Amino acid sequence: MNGGQALLKSLEIEGVEVIFGYPGGAILPVYDPIIDSNIRHVLVRHEQGAGHMAEGYAHATGKPGVCMVTSGPAATNIVTPLADAYLDSVPMVCITGQVALAAIGTDAFQECDTTGITRSITKHNVLVTRAEDIPAAVKEAFHIATTGRPGPVLIDIPKNIVDLNNPDAYFDFTYPDDVDLPGYNPTITPDPAAIEAAVALMSAAERPVLYVGGGVLKARGAEVLRRLAESANIPVVTTLMARGAFPDSHELCLGMPGMHGNYTAVTAIQRCDLLLAMGSRFDDRVTGKVGAFAPDAKVIHVDIDPAEHGKVRRPEVSIVGDCRVVMEAVLDRIEVVGGTSTFADHTDWRQQLSGWQEKYPLTYEPAAPGEYLKPQFALEKLRDACPADTIVASGVGQHQMWASQYWTFDHPYTWLNSGGLGTMGFSIPAAIGAKAAFPDRMVWAVDGDGCFQMTAQELITAAVEKIPIKVALLNNAYLGMVRQWQELFYDERYSQVHFGHELPDYVKWAESMGCVAFRVEDPDEVEVTIAKANEVNDRPVVVEFRCHSEENVYPMVPAGGSNDDIIVHPSQRDEEASS
Amino acid sequence: MTGGPAHRTIVVLVEDKAGVLARVADLFARRGYNIVSLAVAPTNDTRFSRITIVVDIESAPLDQIVKQLFKLINVVEIAELAPADAVERELLIATVEAPKESRNQVVEIVDIFEGKILAVSADRLTVSLDGRPSKLDDFEVLLGDYSIVDLQRSGRIALPKIGREVPRLRAVG
Repeated sequence: MNGGQALLKSLEIEGVEVIFGYPGGAILPVYDPIIDSNIRHVLVRHEQGAGHMAEGYAHATGKPGVCMVTSGPAATNIVTPLADAYLDSVPMVCITGQVALAAIGTDAFQECDTTGITRSITKHNVLVTRAEDIPAAVKEAFHIATTGRPGPVLIDIPKNIVDLNNPDAYFDFTYPDDVDLPGYNPTITPDPAAIEAAVALMSAAERPVLYVGGGVLKARGAEVLRRLAESANIPVVTTLMARGAFPDSHELCLGMPGMHGNYTAVTAIQRCDLLLAMGSRFDDRVTGKVGAFAPDAKVIHVDIDPAEHGKVRRPEVSIVGDCRVVMEAVLDRIEVVGGTSTFADHTDWRQQLSGWQEKYPLTYEPAAPGEYLKPQFALEKLRDACPADTIVASGVGQHQMWASQYWTFDHPYTWLNSGGLGTMGFSIPAAIGAKAAFPDRMVWAVDGDGCFQMTAQELITAAVEKIPIKVALLNNAYLGMVRQWQELFYDERYSQVHFGHELPDYVKWAESMGCVAFRVEDPDEVEVTIAKANEVNDRPVVVEFRCHSEENVYPMVPAGGSNDDIIVHPSQRDEEASS
Repeated sequence: MTGGPAHRTIVVLVEDKAGVLARVADLFARRGYNIVSLAVAPTNDTRFSRITIVVDIESAPLDQIVKQLFKLINVVEIAELAPADAVERELLIATVEAPKESRNQVVEIVDIFEGKILAVSADRLTVSLDGRPSKLDDFEVLLGDYSIVDLQRSGRIALPKIGREVPRLRAVG
């Protein structure tokens, strides 16, 4: 079998359903056997799109996303999704073509040092040098990408080892049963002593909070999280990476903490006496000023990556292991010590939290007559018009924060976004990846005008490949988040942030890419337009919501500030001063 | 070179695969950890190489450095070697100015330290010394009186003392 056929065969054995890719010189020989493969290939319009589609597929399914591109500029174009997947622990296997081995190091056409460039933004990468090593490289890549803390793995394939005319590129195909990785053995099962210590702290805590991060979703732990929170009566905050890991509608759910988290979620962490960090990593967007973060809390840190323990905050109890396995062990231990009846009472704590929720809900002023739409209003209407299992993908910026704030995430794996790297343009390709995995589910990309202009061309991919996603384009004519910072921290000196509502004409642009497109300016037309968009199932849809330019995201913790200095919505500030 | 209290020696057993040294070096660079010295060579098992790194723990806590190293797929084992538990060796070679008037004094220093003279010219000597890193430090100071033209140290290599328990650092905990 030829190396290229072996690569495809290996991917088939790994259960790959779809490859997001783009052909080119060095990867050409691998594109020949694709014609005969059962695996679907989605031809993207830019390599960055292929990477984000693979991420979206992985976020939504939990299975590794696969992308394939050629060498040189294609490899550098996919650097951004790799970095994105690395920071958000997304399982992904990226295959890049490379110039022939003999040409490596000669500055050959479309040559770049792909493994060198991607070393610090992949969980692992490898340059395969012999055709017969391809099956083991694929086996190891999928193993590494999906076990322990998931992440992207890159396989760089020189052209000569897949060349149809090279006799050395042929070998007898066998797929290995095992991987040979003596240095790789992630800890899944926690240390029982740490579990005992954790339950002891939990039983004594009067003001506990479960600080849930993306690790719970990666561990498929949403169901056991719910059992744990309910049995121990512990309120839950879900970080930007964990929206949907715990139902927003649940009475114990406090929503999102962090820089644009709601007042109650942020303040609950600040005032808690026990912070149960579950698959979360004390990111600066959550902690604000680290020295002032959760000052009264003892910390139990659960994470599968040992390096996260003590990186930012030294925990009282450190539990290395898979979040789901750990939570099950905690529940078992609670059983052993006689259940939660002896746990400290949380009634006062719950009442305090409800008081804050009542006093400081998320809020915005409705648009005055004649004004453009409030983006929060558009999102509320969209949320109410979509099925509960709708998948929402978001770009990066104000619209991302509003989507996270105003959507009700009651199911895991319904929220796809770029949390760690903050990659503008993530939403459209990520939504396509998710829709390719779940053609029967509704998938909405919530996008801003800045983000839309970065990756909109993938709507052509969606149209041609019949992957009918829907895009809610919140067009506020500005790079809104940057504008907000310039308003608040740069004396309203607006530098290079104005895009304008009119140019481009988003409706014409979307139509030219094979989409159905609508523009909404009047609040009264929002619902009816969303209803029309939701009825389109054969083509992608873009709804341009003409939004107010000066709307800010609140609450807000200024960068580097303490979470205690949270700035609430202007309408809530007097009340705060008098309390 | 042998360092004060802020320097610690870790021995990293790695799979002998292409690019593994670059992975280790990249990790130190990316996370802002300082390497004081680094020596790498094959071991008696052809599958593995051993990298001896003297790290500056003022730049980052040792346990973070170790945990981040463990995240590299090709890193198999890491041990910290405290000086009391380890046999440490290093090699120094130096070319020093040694005109007639001072040549005997240089030779005398080399003799006292049981070093070797590797090359001689009319007014220079190239000398070598191997031994404990602290001994090399002393040697280097004394040679300094005679105008060093060039000096190269190998970086230390180390093994646990026979029969001494060395903490095998685990990625867990």
